[in-house]
Amino acid sequence: MTKEEAENGRDDMIIDGPEQANAVPDGFNANYLRIYYGKLFPHADIFKWLSYGNDGKHPACDKSYVGRREFSFTLENDIYIRFQSFNSVSEMENSIKEKCPFKIDIGPVYSVDPAKRHAYAQSGDNVFTPVERELIFDIDITDYDDVRYCCTGADVCLECWPLMTIAIKVIDTALRDDFGFNHILWAYSGRRGVHCWVCDGKARRLTNEQRAAIADYFRVYKGNENSNKKVSLPGLVLHPFLARSYTEVLKGFFEGKLLSNQNLLSSEERYEKILDMIPDASVTSELRGRWQDNKRSSMSKDDINIVRWEQLKQVLQSGKQKAQGLRRCVEEIVFSYTYPRLDMEVSKHMNHLLKAPFCVHPKTGRVCVPIDPNNCDEFDPTTVPTLSQLLEELNKGGLRQDAENGMFILCNVIYPYDGWDRTSLAESIAFFRSSFLQPLLKSCKEEIESSYNTKLQQSKNNTLSW
Amino acid sequence: MQVVRSHRKSSPSDVVVSTLPLYRSAPPLEVRLEDFELFALDRLRVLKGISDGLSRGRKPEEMEKLAMDLLKANMRHPQATEEVNKDIISHFVLRLVYCRTEELRKWFLSTETALFRYRFRSESSEAQRALMSEFNLPYKAVSNAEFESVKEKLGQVARSMGQSLPTADAVYYKVPFEEVPDLVAARRVFLLKGHAYVAMSQVVSLVVTQFRSHLSKALILTNRKWTSTIRDQEKDRLAPIVEALSSSYLGPDYSQPKEFGEISLKDIDQIARTSFPLCMRHLFEKLREEHHLKHGGRMQLGLFLKGVGLKLDDALAFWKAEFAQKVGAERFDKEYAYNDYTPYSCQKIISSTPGVGDHHGCPYRHFSEENLRAALARMGVSSRTMEDVLDKVRNRHYQLACTLTFEAVHGSPCDTGINHPNQYFIDSQKILQSKNGSVA
Repeated sequence: MTKEEAENGRDDMIIDGPEQANAVPDGFNANYLRIYYGKLFPHADIFKWLSYGNDGKHPACDKSYVGRREFSFTLENDIYIRFQSFNSVSEMENSIKEKCPFKIDIGPVYSVDPAKRHAYAQSGDNVFTPVERELIFDIDITDYDDVRYCCTGADVCLECWPLMTIAIKVIDTALRDDFGFNHILWAYSGRRGVHCWVCDGKARRLTNEQRAAIADYFRVYKGNENSNKKVSLPGLVLHPFLARSYTEVLKGFFEGKLLSNQNLLSSEERYEKILDMIPDASVTSELRGRWQDNKRSSMSKDDINIVRWEQLKQVLQSGKQKAQGLRRCVEEIVFSYTYPRLDMEVSKHMNHLLKAPFCVHPKTGRVCVPIDPNNCDEFDPTTVPTLSQLLEELNKGGLRQDAENGMFILCNVIYPYDGWDRTSLAESIAFFRSSFLQPLLKSCKEEIESSYNTKLQQSKNNTLSW
Repeated sequence: MQVVRSHRKSSPSDVVVSTLPLYRSAPPLEVRLEDFELFALDRLRVLKGISDGLSRGRKPEEMEKLAMDLLKANMRHPQATEEVNKDIISHFVLRLVYCRTEELRKWFLSTETALFRYRFRSESSEAQRALMSEFNLPYKAVSNAEFESVKEKLGQVARSMGQSLPTADAVYYKVPFEEVPDLVAARRVFLLKGHAYVAMSQVVSLVVTQFRSHLSKALILTNRKWTSTIRDQEKDRLAPIVEALSSSYLGPDYSQPKEFGEISLKDIDQIARTSFPLCMRHLFEKLREEHHLKHGGRMQLGLFLKGVGLKLDDALAFWKAEFAQKVGAERFDKEYAYNDYTPYSCQKIISSTPGVGDHHGCPYRHFSEENLRAALARMGVSSRTMEDVLDKVRNRHYQLACTLTFEAVHGSPCDTGINHPNQYFIDSQKILQSKNGSVA
């Protein structure tokens, strides 16, 4: 397709006829996106999610709830529209279709409708303020550039993606087992990382201080290129959370994957970086001596990274070093090379925006699909559906035009099928519904009912005692 | 109105007397106008000392001693019986002073809470328990059976903090983790399904959370009363005192550029070299080099530049030019568009915690010695001065280290010391302009 066609052929570009049905060139543009929002983006599911059960008929539902949520759109030429709000799914869907945002961000629920914030500002007293927000995490692989050698910056590949898998496992387990959260959505950020949305009622109502406490609980990696030590694990033993993360996730990934994947000990430059983390000159010179002489003397088939790692562990964990607390060094090295690195600011404040799931990343054209934390080992960022791939699939299926009577039922509401059911997005949307949305809405409903009953009980008791 | 006094419940067995007030309600006491101001100034000295201590990164034990010393030095009263009254009166006066803006409330809330924390810590455990019961905390101690089931994990937590294992009669409280954010943040508690197991020695956190949330709400209410009635009623009597008191700590407002008016984009590199403090110079250089700064850095530098007087259009052009090369300008727009933020003070910068890929923070505190040496050398600090600077850093006098650097770079004294990056900038510009002026 020529450039001109791409610019002018907005409406008819994919219905050129069967011969060309599969000819959707790679890439990302507003025309593709328009079709995506028209036929594939799961508007109803997103809106249902953000309503948290308040769109029901129960008298305790807060009708104004979803309308106080901030949406923010980034348009094609970097125009940024903040503080949008929608009272119904059709309002949201129409606005998205009309504006065709390159990126949709979701912000907090405010005390008042964010679109009308100026009207409230007149009354003074600072009433426009965030009151609820999912607890969110943003993990970006660029923050691992000092411990990966395969890619840098925004690139990812299957050699370094395990770092994200580790992050999902460590954080997900702690959110559930330590903090007691249940409704957690993980999503691919579309390019170089993952996002996490913790959606339990009590997570949404956390104060900034409590959010910061959780972020700090997860923080092990301190300092940066300007400061000295990166991971420091003081104390005689590890805190139960760190100990569990180490034995259940970090150690296995480090020894089984990253050591060889990233060739962490294969060259002098790389092993020196690890030796730097051992604060004992006799140990480092012993190891250095062995590794310099050892010009693959054994010529064995064993991976040199693994051989050297075993030697390092043996020296550090031998009886004589144990007493000097050098044993902790092995753990510190593993933590440095594997432990999740969070963008703390995003998690600490209610008013940070985060890209909505199922957006399409403008640089990669990939959809921000949910990731199943229980099967995150299988997630492959290089096979995530792209916009052009989906349109191709849509073209193939669209010709049949037989989906008109297709309907699906979610929580007693009937929705029409959009068209994604024949694309590779089907699996992601099905997962979003069955593993995240349905259990979430069920517990929202219970929460609404139980808070209502409590109130009812209270007022009853009050009347009785009166 | 209920008076909060040291002698609380007068049950015969209750011999525990704590002089630590909880400030639950304003005292119905007569206060002479001069005491009103004097008491408040004395308390302000205590709070200022606390906030300096925190910004120097003092350890909890050091803070406890500092708090006690400050109280001894400033809060004495010729009549011992009046000390508690002075304590309470001064607290409530400062509530009036510091209720009036978000910024003031934040500072007062965090320093008063810190003061309370260290005072509580220094109480005997009987007194602590008595104070706890006054808060009516709804927590029960963990039962034996439950203790047994998590004993191993509790031991792990204790040992991870370098403490001995809990004994069989150790008392633990099981509370929602939300109530002890500081213990969660430092991983000083065992967490299970949303509950934190809090040791008796840690209940200070529970009490502090209560104290803080009560004070936070009270400040909002006081602010409402202040704007609706008190300010007008007292406009000839208390209001002038109250207004003068708040500026005596927080110093000038750097959110609006004053003296040097506006700075244009073409001069910014030159000005960064001559008049930016190291923290901002570092951020500026990193931005020029990498065309990217993470959130903390964007805020620290962006607000500083705003205070410096970079015109909004220029600022947007500057950030867009830098960012466009890497991430596009949209992220910046949304942050810069917030115009209600004030530039960060040294205290705020020093107490930040830069992580991976971050370049904000105070270089004197957050750089390794090696990196700090290199950075100072690039600023043209001589090796002799450098030793003095590093000596201050080792003693955690980060602002003094910055002051020494300022003096070395400008070859002229800075008597007030450096408290704010924008103050550094203004003082620097003053010196440079007077030098230029004398040459011309």
